[in-house]
Amino acid sequence: MSLLIRNGRVVDPASSLDAVQDVLIAEGRIERVGRDLAAAPDTPVLDATGKLVCPGFIDIHVHLREPGYEYKETVASGTRAAAAGGFTAVACMANTQPVNDNRSITDYIRAKAAVEGAVRVYPIGAVTRGLGGEELAELAELAEAGCVAFSDDGRCVMNAGLYRRAMEYTLPFGCPMISHAEDHHLSRGAAMNEGVVSTELGMVGAPAAAEDIMVARDIVLAELTGAHLHIAHLSTAGAVRLVREAKARGVRVTAEVTPHHLLLTEDAVRSFDANAKMNPPLRTKRDAEVLLEALADGTIDCIATDHAPHAGSEKEGEFDRAAFGIIGLETAVGLLLDRLVRPGALSLATLVSRLSRDPARLLGLPGGSLAPGAAADVTLLDPAVEWTVDPARFQSRSRNTPFGGWPLTGRPWKTIVGGTIVWE
Amino acid sequence: MGWTRKDLLAMRELDAAEILLLIDTAATLQEIASREIKKVPALRGKTIVNLFYENSTRTRTSFEIAGKWLSADVVNFSAGGSSASKGESFIDTAKNIAAMSPDVVVVRHSSAGAAALLARSLPCSIVNAGDGGHEHPTQALLDLLTIREHKGSFEGLSVAIVGDIAHSRVARSNIHGMRKLGMTVTVAGPPTLIPPFVQDLGVKVAYRLEDAIRDVDVIMMLRLQHERMTAGLIPSLREYSRYWGLTLDKLRLQARPDVLIMHPGPVNRGIELSPEVADGPYSVILDQVTKGVAVRMAVLFLLAGSKGGQA
Repeated sequence: MSLLIRNGRVVDPASSLDAVQDVLIAEGRIERVGRDLAAAPDTPVLDATGKLVCPGFIDIHVHLREPGYEYKETVASGTRAAAAGGFTAVACMANTQPVNDNRSITDYIRAKAAVEGAVRVYPIGAVTRGLGGEELAELAELAEAGCVAFSDDGRCVMNAGLYRRAMEYTLPFGCPMISHAEDHHLSRGAAMNEGVVSTELGMVGAPAAAEDIMVARDIVLAELTGAHLHIAHLSTAGAVRLVREAKARGVRVTAEVTPHHLLLTEDAVRSFDANAKMNPPLRTKRDAEVLLEALADGTIDCIATDHAPHAGSEKEGEFDRAAFGIIGLETAVGLLLDRLVRPGALSLATLVSRLSRDPARLLGLPGGSLAPGAAADVTLLDPAVEWTVDPARFQSRSRNTPFGGWPLTGRPWKTIVGGTIVWE
Repeated sequence: MGWTRKDLLAMRELDAAEILLLIDTAATLQEIASREIKKVPALRGKTIVNLFYENSTRTRTSFEIAGKWLSADVVNFSAGGSSASKGESFIDTAKNIAAMSPDVVVVRHSSAGAAALLARSLPCSIVNAGDGGHEHPTQALLDLLTIREHKGSFEGLSVAIVGDIAHSRVARSNIHGMRKLGMTVTVAGPPTLIPPFVQDLGVKVAYRLEDAIRDVDVIMMLRLQHERMTAGLIPSLREYSRYWGLTLDKLRLQARPDVLIMHPGPVNRGIELSPEVADGPYSVILDQVTKGVAVRMAVLFLLAGSKGGQA
């Protein structure tokens, strides 16, 4: 539980630190950060020369699939994937089977995580029973059981009256509503973005308006209720504009973006490879550019992967019948380092902040900084190592990624949770 | 120039020379239809599987006749009454068929990209006989052959494609083929049946039938699927046929006297075409069907024909 990390470049946006220093961990907590730290003679020493030492990364949007879909992922495999990808904590969505819409499921997930989890796991509770969009789940009990937010992710609560009541009811718990913003009437039958590529391929597309309209509705409801609204996986330029405008007016709205919406566009669908199929869909080049700008300027608060494991058979067939979603835990950090930080499109400090301090703050989670006294959740990166994404080597039970074969520079090196190295 | 592709998936990926090679080959094979013994040994010993996941009479029969006239062994597989109805996945069914070593698999499927999926999964040649709303290349080729037989050449011709462009693989394949051969294309229909950014495919858009058909050389009417009404895309068939149905009156008033009327079939008589137009002197609809066999012979011959094969 004690460890001295020597000579790494410590990047801790929470304390505006970016310097070569030592980090001393004792009793599972950060003891001190500084130059040439002395430690008790029996303290193990980790030489981190040339490596980056960051507060533990937190992914607030993953699907661990347990209970119910253990053939896709389990708490054990999903958290191993998280650790291998440099994440020290994840928040998992409620669309399990049965749905996490009652305390017994939350307890089950937390108990599994306590025994088998490689990293910290924070369950997210369903807003409505069975994700049916019709009756509220027992939200107070879910919050008491440890749910850190509420979301019917994968579906949008189409009934504005019900969503308003959910926002109001949960105000005392301090848990945000996470909105999967999609007007199902506008996106009916869609397998991709609506635009020039869907026209060329003859596929039904979801217009950006299907997302924008719900983002607008939910912002208005957040304003009405005073609730904290968090928009999941923002994917359109229009939604960015709405969030920016709402923040300027003081509405309590935050937002996340996925690595794939930053790095890929609808052009990927031309291959008819179902690993280019997710919801929201890959959009246009312009959308991706606007998302990156918004991530840099803070309009978008954090990066989340929407890690969505599916079995091979659910992704290998016809595009329009394949499951939505891709896995992201084991590729996110490498992709972002190589494709955004290395070319200078995003600063390293901003990337680290959007992966640690900002998501922690947003959900009120411990972690996100290397301040003395904080839990010793640390992500160590090797910024120079060259590697190629090889899905066969993933810790996740699933392989559904469009990034297989991508050559990247920089990846997670070691992952430390509560002072213990959980991945190296 | 010879044919080098393993598969025929989409008009979009062919260049003009490849399209002309297919059409020229079809033109030379046409005369087999008028022989007393309609059989040549070009594909003797070759096996062709028609893998049809959607109902089709015309296209499947056309491929079957084409294969048989070329002496191939043709096997029909349709999704009903097969392992597909027992829950076997498309890709598993296809791999099982491939394990029986066919030379060509002709596939019709309701999902865009189904043919491309087979092409990258199976070692044999794949012919796309229609994949969802994406492409239907042999239909476009037979349409082009029909147009050339009647008009002599392609360059400078103008075409109106009228109806449900949004859901039509026939429209997409024809747009690509016609543009590559130097034709001008206008698509027309109610705005709900015109897909977004269709101009980026190199076509003009008209929202009135009268504007679309004025002075064009060819009018291609598309079949209106009845589901479009329940999906809220048009109010009623009655209203659609009133504004978008091609009648003799509209033709006489707006169209050139030598215009060709085409339709990929099956025709909804009284909806998109009035019976007088469908059966009238401008109509080449049955000629299209005849050309279909020649085009499919050409496709199968170029994909599977052995080097020494003779037609």
